Amino acid sequence: MSVENGIGASVRRKEDQRFITGNGHYLDDINRVGQAYGYFLRSPHAFAKISNIDLTAAKAAPGVVDIFTGADMVADGVGGLICGWGITSKDGSPHNAPPHNSLAVDAVRHVGDQVAFVIADTLQQAKDAAELIEVDYEVLTPVTNISKALAPGAPQIHEEAPGNLCYDWELGDKAAVDAAFANAAHVSKIDLVNNRLSPNPMEPRAALGEYDAGSEELTLHTTSQNPHVARLIMSAFLGIAPENKLRVIAPDVGGGFGSKIFVYAEETTTIWAARKINRPVKWTSDRSEAFLTDAHGRDHVSHAELAMDNDGKILAFRVSTQANMGAYLSTFASAVPTYLYGTLLSGQYKIPSIYVEVQAGFTNTTAVDAYRGAGRPEATYVVERMMDTAARDLSMDPTEFRLKNFIQPDAYPYETPVIMTYDSGDYPLAMNLAKEMIDYDGFAARKAQSEANGKIRGIGTAAYIEACGIAPSAAVGSLGAGVGLWESAEVRFNPTGSVTVFTGSHSHGQGHETTFAQIIADKLGVPIESVEVVHGDTSKVPFGMGTYGSRSLAVGGSAIVKAVDKIVEKSKKIAAHLMEASVEDIEHEHGVFSVAGTDKQMTMGEIAFAAYVPHNYPADLEPGMAENAFYDPLNFTFPAGTHIAEVEIDPATGIVDIVDWAAADDFGNIINPMIVEGQVHGGVAQGIGQALLEGVVYDDDSGQLITGSYMDYCMPRADDLPSFRITTTNTPCPSNPLGVKGCGEAGAIAAPAALMNAIVNALGKDIDMPATPEKVWRAINSN
Amino acid sequence: MTTVSMTVNGKQVSADVAPNTLLVQFIRENLRLTGTHVGCDTSQCGACTVHVDGDSVKSCTMLAVQADGADVTTIEGLAQNGELHPMQAAFKENHGLQCGFCTPGMIMSAVDLVKRNPNPSEETIRTELEGNICRCTGYHNIVKSVKAASENMGG
Repeated sequence: MSVENGIGASVRRKEDQRFITGNGHYLDDINRVGQAYGYFLRSPHAFAKISNIDLTAAKAAPGVVDIFTGADMVADGVGGLICGWGITSKDGSPHNAPPHNSLAVDAVRHVGDQVAFVIADTLQQAKDAAELIEVDYEVLTPVTNISKALAPGAPQIHEEAPGNLCYDWELGDKAAVDAAFANAAHVSKIDLVNNRLSPNPMEPRAALGEYDAGSEELTLHTTSQNPHVARLIMSAFLGIAPENKLRVIAPDVGGGFGSKIFVYAEETTTIWAARKINRPVKWTSDRSEAFLTDAHGRDHVSHAELAMDNDGKILAFRVSTQANMGAYLSTFASAVPTYLYGTLLSGQYKIPSIYVEVQAGFTNTTAVDAYRGAGRPEATYVVERMMDTAARDLSMDPTEFRLKNFIQPDAYPYETPVIMTYDSGDYPLAMNLAKEMIDYDGFAARKAQSEANGKIRGIGTAAYIEACGIAPSAAVGSLGAGVGLWESAEVRFNPTGSVTVFTGSHSHGQGHETTFAQIIADKLGVPIESVEVVHGDTSKVPFGMGTYGSRSLAVGGSAIVKAVDKIVEKSKKIAAHLMEASVEDIEHEHGVFSVAGTDKQMTMGEIAFAAYVPHNYPADLEPGMAENAFYDPLNFTFPAGTHIAEVEIDPATGIVDIVDWAAADDFGNIINPMIVEGQVHGGVAQGIGQALLEGVVYDDDSGQLITGSYMDYCMPRADDLPSFRITTTNTPCPSNPLGVKGCGEAGAIAAPAALMNAIVNALGKDIDMPATPEKVWRAINSN
Repeated sequence: MTTVSMTVNGKQVSADVAPNTLLVQFIRENLRLTGTHVGCDTSQCGACTVHVDGDSVKSCTMLAVQADGADVTTIEGLAQNGELHPMQAAFKENHGLQCGFCTPGMIMSAVDLVKRNPNPSEETIRTELEGNICRCTGYHNIVKSVKAASENMGG
């Protein structure tokens, strides 16, 4: 029996009504009576010492309420921003995490670093006053490139990080890898740059801080993917207020892609300042500030080598990577190039031994942290560019080379040499499906046709894997995480049968209000319009670890299922009492409780009403119908699949035209296919952006951000992209009750490698991202 | 301060504003119509798109005083008598939005696009929407939504 709007239905989204009518409540749409406006004076220099800050003239400017500097926050006992994941270097030492004050104390370390917070009656007054602040800078020589920062003699950015090194980490069996390489028939090598990206959710970050002097409660409205984590860090490490006196609300949030996971200086300063001036303060980032301060993504430089036998079977893989952390260590930055990267270097392949070493370092640039995929796109890019290079070296078809080396569908659970245990999948199935969709075998004819038209055609494959559903708490704890990564849910029936679901996950575009309601509709038979999903408010939701790492459904959804199970268990007792049967004889399906072998039945709504009006009720049972659950996953989930891109390049202009895109993804069970497809579209678009258009560029000498606006940083527009052809395969995930794997990051993980392999295939030579027309043209016109 | 008067979503409005007030500020801050969003500061993203005398305009690129006497429609004024505009309905039906932040501007641009191109091809839709940035959808379902709406709008 299937349920209307239940699991598997492409239910149109509940949240859309408010968004398409202009009735959403994004952060900057919220205002408070008497609110003041905050504006940050930012460093114009990439690296400088501050000898003095003179606020005299600025404080006297019209409308100024107050101006704060780093010294004020330090004097008030506010702690520095933290990194929540400790990485241990090869030599056993902990990573270097230099102090990171919300407002600079004695030095600035990247362009845009916060120097002072000006609060005035209007934003214009705050901006005007900021211009009157006199800062004495002693300008130092900056370094923005990671390889240069880690080289001897580079400018020293933090005293606490000699040689600008954050950590020098390794994973895998070096001796086994070296031995395999020594005996290999073939070795292929590749050097890669994974370009730095700016996440660019369309809603810029913002914060509205309020203080209630009566209750001594602080309320922070903020653009966060994980408001409880923000509250925890602000309470436990920054000392803003105890958790019971700090309420964090993340209302409608206009996209995140990782960049709104982190606890930033601006939000911290805003809530702290609200108490200092005892007046609501609002800060809204403009896009220029977003480019300067939203944590960036990627920025790796890698060298990889693959050892193979005579038959093209992979023997061993070794990778050496330098990862740019930026000027300060952001909230989860340390984990991205290590446990979210090195652990995925086995890809979809049976590789007997793998060794990876990663040097992470500091530069005079914006902090780098998780961005859609976080480590896994970087891993897939290394693995899949490597596979194409190896196939080319062996004169094999790249898909045949992959099929030859895939982990086979009967091999699960499969333990990789880089500490992951893949639980399920069918990689050949997805690859063959994608090949069929794009008519892979017909490529040669299409290429000839292009050639006849003066164009260069290429085809490229990426067979990606990701570890999602982040994450089993014990596992991540043993790897250095400072928190557990479970999720919570409460399923609360109202007496009249409607349901409110409280989830610790946070939706900022993913459609939880619909997907989670479908779970309730399916399992408890409640009409979807009678289900309300509440998220993003620490005073409403019991607790939550938030949304990132494609974890909402696998972890947050599973917590809802656990709460539903408790509802069903309790309901059976009530049904048994009311229908005068034994609990063992009560059967349940989609919210209908029946007595086995009879036509007696009750609905969930009737039972919920009885629980709230317990006139005739089991003596040993508590009234009410609300259950909460915490769910800690047993394993990561492992979405995987194959994306194939086909391109046509105009040699006269170097413009790459994506002529076809076929994808077959295994996301396990799917609750809402429409939403899942949308997630893949968006992920692929961001991946194409990385491969063709996007790249954060700093001027090497001055450390100035060159790509600081949409005039300079090339965002994918509608006419840059094709329509996509996507399908799914399904091997249910065995480790969670919904059998789901996660779909939010897949596209961004698969796309860069698929597209770059297509371009390299067309050009017959390697090229780095972004493959702009100029770069492609130069590649065509160079020897 | 300067007095500006205009019709917004069918209502006559008037206010004293600083001469450098942008139309989007007037709409958001004076009128508290917060469906029109600001996503950049270089007139690139299109989240602030509204209609001024029937044409789509990036309201961050126009001063409020320039709209004096104009007839302005924002996303809040698109639905009539509780009935969604076909473009709004198509965005919902075709999953043309995710986080929803760019959506009001995208819908306002798309309505104008279809007005000028009653039966637009995919290529026309993609070219015409070049001034509106969406980071979530990859545009696939936006294009689909606009196409579907154009059919429902009698194109």
